[in-house]
Amino acid sequence: MTLTLLLEQIFNGLQAGITLFLIAAGLTLILGIMDFVFLAHGSQVMIGAYAAAAITIATNNFYFGILAAIPITFVCGYLLEWLIIRHLYRRDHMDQVLATFGLILFFNEAIRIGFGPAALFTNFPSSLSGFIEILPDTPYPVYRILIILVGLLCALGIHLFVSRTRVGAMVRAGASNPEMTAALGINVKILFRFIFAAGATFAGLAGMMIGPLTSVEPGMGEPLLILSLVVIIIGGIGSVRGAFIAAILIGLVDTVGRVMLPMLFKTFMSVSTADTAGPALASMSVYILMAVVLVFKPTGLFPPKGA
Amino acid sequence: MKNKFITAVIAAGFVASAGTAFAETIKVGYMTTLSGGAGIIGKQMKNAVELAMEHKGGKLGGMDAEVIFVDDQRKPDVTKQLANKLLKSEKVDVIGGIIWSNLLMAIHKQVTRSDTLLISSNAGPSPVAGSNCHKNFFSMSWQNDQTPEAMGAYMNSAGVKSVYAMAPNYQAGKDMIAGFKRFYDGEVVGEVYTKLGQTDFQAELSALRAAKPPATFIFQPGGMGINFVKQWKQAGMDDVSKLYTVFSVDGISLPALKETALGTISTQTWSPDLDNAINKKFVADYKSKFGGYPSFYAAQAYDTILAIDHAVAKSGSKDTAKMREVLAAGGIPTTRGSLKMNSNHFPIQNFYLREAVKDSDGVVTSKIIDTVFEDHGDAYAQDCKF
Repeated sequence: MTLTLLLEQIFNGLQAGITLFLIAAGLTLILGIMDFVFLAHGSQVMIGAYAAAAITIATNNFYFGILAAIPITFVCGYLLEWLIIRHLYRRDHMDQVLATFGLILFFNEAIRIGFGPAALFTNFPSSLSGFIEILPDTPYPVYRILIILVGLLCALGIHLFVSRTRVGAMVRAGASNPEMTAALGINVKILFRFIFAAGATFAGLAGMMIGPLTSVEPGMGEPLLILSLVVIIIGGIGSVRGAFIAAILIGLVDTVGRVMLPMLFKTFMSVSTADTAGPALASMSVYILMAVVLVFKPTGLFPPKGA
Repeated sequence: MKNKFITAVIAAGFVASAGTAFAETIKVGYMTTLSGGAGIIGKQMKNAVELAMEHKGGKLGGMDAEVIFVDDQRKPDVTKQLANKLLKSEKVDVIGGIIWSNLLMAIHKQVTRSDTLLISSNAGPSPVAGSNCHKNFFSMSWQNDQTPEAMGAYMNSAGVKSVYAMAPNYQAGKDMIAGFKRFYDGEVVGEVYTKLGQTDFQAELSALRAAKPPATFIFQPGGMGINFVKQWKQAGMDDVSKLYTVFSVDGISLPALKETALGTISTQTWSPDLDNAINKKFVADYKSKFGGYPSFYAAQAYDTILAIDHAVAKSGSKDTAKMREVLAAGGIPTTRGSLKMNSNHFPIQNFYLREAVKDSDGVVTSKIIDTVFEDHGDAYAQDCKF
């Protein structure tokens, strides 16, 4: 194990973490501000990936596919909130879980009917397929660096928006005390709808960007949803800053742990035991981290003030 | 007037019942995964079964036939319930299909002990090939270990001195690497078990790049294969190591991989270009009917129906013992030619080396480039005593 390998793994972890952040950012606000348990957030990832892939295939232009898919995911999120979600805010959490679980099934089946059960073929354009030497003799794919950059830009944008703008102040107020915010004459309904659609768009963007790396298929968002729920819990429900830090943390622990733990185990136990224990512990590492955080900080690392 | 009508109805009833009394119908329960992420595999298998029935004019061995499709949802409990329903209320004569080894294990005992033939179109776990074998079970695919065995043997002959092996962390993943190591003589420098259902392999690829093995052996079925091969190419790993695959680059993943997969090598018992009359007709008709190449899953599903057809035609009945005798004797006409049967009712067959290539229409498919094993039987047959 060399230092360059470790550095490369840190880059891999960053990229995974940034992707998770894009998904978790919207979800943490939906859970924190609206107090709404939304399980179908993974479907937004899938919708984004499918929209970008389908348009890219139709127009043969990757950039156009992404540009067109962004408003599509926003509109999907907006309509979803308007048609279904807003009727569920006053229901208890169990109803919300059932209804949004139903939405997962609905979206997966709708995609299967519309695009077929097979994975869609997508790839990024050849102009993005090169490598950058992040260290001598350590080439790193340009496309993955681009994901990191886009993710960081989004994070910066969300941060500036939430902390510096008037609407951002309403969002923060809504996170701390929704009743008081509404009492002050802020239209919480419209605010919620906007947050929901924006959250869907960021999740969709994550889907669009990982589409060319992974297989675009029905149900692709669900594994990411589970991890982003872990991110939200570690970061503190309702905190975008917490979601960012937790997402990077999870990305690093998951990625670096997956590769390094089996290697580490081999230094002090037999190879066959290490081959069994290493991957087992690595797949648990994220959840162990969550448990440890919850023991010391039951409301997460960065709970929003007043919560 | 009324009386005449009643007489006519009664007469019609007699004719109808007489009809059913004379013509026997063989009932086949076909179990596969039609919903969820693996639904694409089941869809191809169902397509192939329907194509086989169409080719046989809706009859099996000249007998009227009915095929009942059921969706196991890839869940062992659902599979058990469905098997129960097929046996007790549908009273099927044969149960076919089954993609997953764990599902086969869940119903193997129940079906074979109820004097019904069980014909696997895919799953081939070692227990049912060895000590837990049963005379009423037949495989129209292979035993799990065999395909990686073939890859191990090929890599010996190709002079590959050391290899890095990667498979998902579950039973089949471990079986595949065990089977590979049984025949591979070189050094296994790394053995990495990835998460089942993993989508991003970048971390593993980084580690692989640092390890610089001359060869890499993978088993990453379904969506994992698409992701792995795609990211392998995107990371430019071809310059670092040579990739050898089993069950990762096939008719299911090729449409999603397209050109990305070109040049990838795998071992398999079947290939769309296998040169025999049955296979040519199957592939041509499948392509024209369903628009796209069939996968090996589809071919094995097609062969399952051909096997039942052969058993009924040759024995002239749907009696389990009589059909079993015919199938055990081998010589079953399939897309892989005339299939021999081992003492444990698994096929003895050739294993080919395949490469992903473009066909004359520019569609990416696989082509046989070499035969690794001829008439290869599995390692467990000696433990099987009926």
